[in-house]
Amino acid sequence: MKQFSQGDFDASQPVIVAGNLKKTFGDFIAVDDISFSVSSGICFGILGPNGAGKTTTIRMIYGVSPLTAGSIIVFGLDIKIHPRLIKARIGVCQQENTLDPDLTVMQNFEVFARYFNIDRKTARTRASQLLKFLALEQKQNARASELSGGMVRRLVIARALINQPQLLILDEPTTGLDPQSRHQVWERLEMLKAQGMTILLTTHYMEEAARLCDDLVIMDKAKILVQGTPEFLINEYTGNHVIEVAEPSKEMCAFAREKEFRREDLGHRLIIYAENGPELYGDICKRFAHNSCLLRSATLEDVFLKLTGRELRE
Amino acid sequence: MKGKISFRFRRVWQRNLDVYRESWRINFLPPLLEPMFYLMAFGVGFSGLIGNVRYGTEEISYISFIAPALITINVMNSSFFENTYGSFVRMYYQKTFDAMMATPLSVEEIITGEIIWGATKAVIGTVIMLAVISFFGLVSYPVALLILPVAFIGGIAFASIGMFFTSMVKTIEIFNLPVFLFITPMFLFSGTFFPLSGLPFWAQMVALALPLTHLVNVIRALNYGTFNGDALLGICYLIVFCLIAFPLAICKMHRRLIG
Repeated sequence: MKQFSQGDFDASQPVIVAGNLKKTFGDFIAVDDISFSVSSGICFGILGPNGAGKTTTIRMIYGVSPLTAGSIIVFGLDIKIHPRLIKARIGVCQQENTLDPDLTVMQNFEVFARYFNIDRKTARTRASQLLKFLALEQKQNARASELSGGMVRRLVIARALINQPQLLILDEPTTGLDPQSRHQVWERLEMLKAQGMTILLTTHYMEEAARLCDDLVIMDKAKILVQGTPEFLINEYTGNHVIEVAEPSKEMCAFAREKEFRREDLGHRLIIYAENGPELYGDICKRFAHNSCLLRSATLEDVFLKLTGRELRE
Repeated sequence: MKGKISFRFRRVWQRNLDVYRESWRINFLPPLLEPMFYLMAFGVGFSGLIGNVRYGTEEISYISFIAPALITINVMNSSFFENTYGSFVRMYYQKTFDAMMATPLSVEEIITGEIIWGATKAVIGTVIMLAVISFFGLVSYPVALLILPVAFIGGIAFASIGMFFTSMVKTIEIFNLPVFLFITPMFLFSGTFFPLSGLPFWAQMVALALPLTHLVNVIRALNYGTFNGDALLGICYLIVFCLIAFPLAICKMHRRLIG
């Protein structure tokens, strides 16, 4: 696999700088005054429940959704002035299957490469490498409509790399995939990152974000709630450990209140975020004799649920 | 719109051509068979009831009266349907436009490529139909070759109208409305199967406002090898129509796709 050149872009500069970004559709505010920047060579995650504004944000970054207010600078270029130059240097993997179903896998590459003015020979060479990279070389003559969901997603990712982008944007890259396909996608994305590719991804899988992202923001209701590395966010908002108590007794709840633990009371379940997890866990088990008490490491999902709440988003 | 349409639109056109070539055997059939069926039904079966038709100062057979109209109708249908049902499937179901928008292509180029492709399909159909109709000895060359560029202009006109409707419909079924309210009346009442003079005056005036009337006039004149002033006027009408409909279609699609 060819190394992705950084071109004339200074790798010490952030790849994306979004400043006071805003997007409204009529009265609806989809993105409300958010700012963030993405350093070169990292994987940056935008997390959030459905409708948080993730897709709108990245659509503005790859230049298909005009900004209502604010600015986006990609590779040092203003998206409002140079959308074409920027789009020539990024790869985008959208949520939906955007392949041409009537064409073969190889034809999909050729057609897509032409949008970038890449000649047929170069397109075919790169396509062969990319198919190999994503373990699809057996499928090059299959019609796109005959591929499974996992293969489609890998092919869309492969196709997004045909212009050797310096920034890869992925909108929920593993939604709807089986665990095998999901792990394969993660592995490939890690390999791309190791080659110096900057990756921007949206997801609502916390496991995915924790594994891939070096830096991330959690969005909800059009705003950024927090930004940081997964470790930082876990330490900052939940502590290292989580103790879950099923059907907590009154005494248990009173104890938690009295000690002022960082906690969430879900009624049938008490969740305690603890720094000194094992010790407290032992204590609770002993004093409240709960065999329905569980100690585990805190995850990004705890942070996410704590910050965005538990009500359903539909 | 300045700076947003470069020659890169041909990439969209090429994409559609590639897909068309994947199933060219089927794509060739309608323009090949349709004129044969019509010529047999109307020319052989029906014309005995009608006799000749007055065209200008001459009397011509009914079959040679409708032959150029069949070409014209095909121009309208192939471009209109390509940029309604065809474009809608690409935009809505296959997400082809979404994929294109993430590349250096602009929305304006995508829509231009689509419309030029619709017009190209009109020309491909015209070539096939001209060949078929020539076998019946109903076309006078070389003037009739001018039908090809005219078919292209007419194709752009109807492709743009199609795209305009595509920018507005929510579901694919809604295309039935413009088909029955716009395409079918034009198909019947634009001087295609009988001369306009057979209509009441007000209907003639309405027909004169519609593009198919002018397209059929021009193509009929060229088909008989007569490039007259009326034909020139008709071409001017079609060009002006395109100059309005094409930017309008792009504008409306821009609004639909990116707001």
